[in-house]
Amino acid sequence: MAITDVYDFYRKMEDEKIILSFKGEFTADLLTSVLHILESKMIELNIDSKKKKRVFNVMVECFQNLYHHIETLEIDTESVKIQKSALIMVKHVDGKFIVRTGNFILNSGIAELKRKLAMVNALTTDELRALYQSKLKKDARTDKGTAGLGLIDIARKSKNKLEYEFLDITEESSFFCLNVVI
Amino acid sequence: MEKLHLEGSAKTPTIDFNQETGVLELRGRSIPENSIEFYNPLHEWLDNYETSPHHTTILDMKLEYFNTSSSKCILDLFKRLEKMNGDITAVHVNWYFESEDEDMAEAGEDYQAIVQLPFSIIEVEEI
Repeated sequence: MAITDVYDFYRKMEDEKIILSFKGEFTADLLTSVLHILESKMIELNIDSKKKKRVFNVMVECFQNLYHHIETLEIDTESVKIQKSALIMVKHVDGKFIVRTGNFILNSGIAELKRKLAMVNALTTDELRALYQSKLKKDARTDKGTAGLGLIDIARKSKNKLEYEFLDITEESSFFCLNVVI
Repeated sequence: MEKLHLEGSAKTPTIDFNQETGVLELRGRSIPENSIEFYNPLHEWLDNYETSPHHTTILDMKLEYFNTSSSKCILDLFKRLEKMNGDITAVHVNWYFESEDEDMAEAGEDYQAIVQLPFSIIEVEEI
């Protein structure tokens, strides 16, 4: 890659209306900074308060999903360096925010994730609310200590269907792309 | 007994729990990655409080944002007060939301539907 390709990168981000993009390992501190930057950006863009809150909520859930997912990946293997790295991208196009995430996932976890995604996409606003309430009430946490409510909340707040793809990478792993429009 | 005061941060709410007044307040945002860790000291304080609570206990929830990880911890807090509610202390929850923040109002209603406590959902200009 030539040094002048930096300009192509710049143009691409500008043309695609990307307001923030990060690739690497997610830590709690990094998330704090990223969320702070995005919140300031929304204030600068004069986004109305209701929308700002919805976008912020979706970003928090999307990024923390990555954080918790990465935390559970095994450490001390060579392959983990690749697996732990993830990508986030936030675009602001025609008044809509697009939150994109990409991360490596073990193939063994795909079926369950696909099931959850298909389920939230199949539900209406009222059904999502009922599902949220019933899962909250059940008083169970996942083995990660999370509520297992992230995707339901993302679907509720975005008011849109979640778009996703799984790309084959190796025999054991795939790359999971999630696209949320708010 | 000592008041519990935790200063808010970018991801955690300001906490003010006062045994003398029976007012327990959470104010700001609750979006930490590890919510259980953050909410533990609140339960430890309540361990003491429930031995000699004020005759009224008011839980003021003034949240701007909360993540799903906090949602369970908030429910745990309500469940705890639900058990405490009775002759010794009468518990009441005030759930605040900013005007037009229908999502936060809805979240309050979601808890109201699950928890057996007197619940007021209160609209304010700004939290």
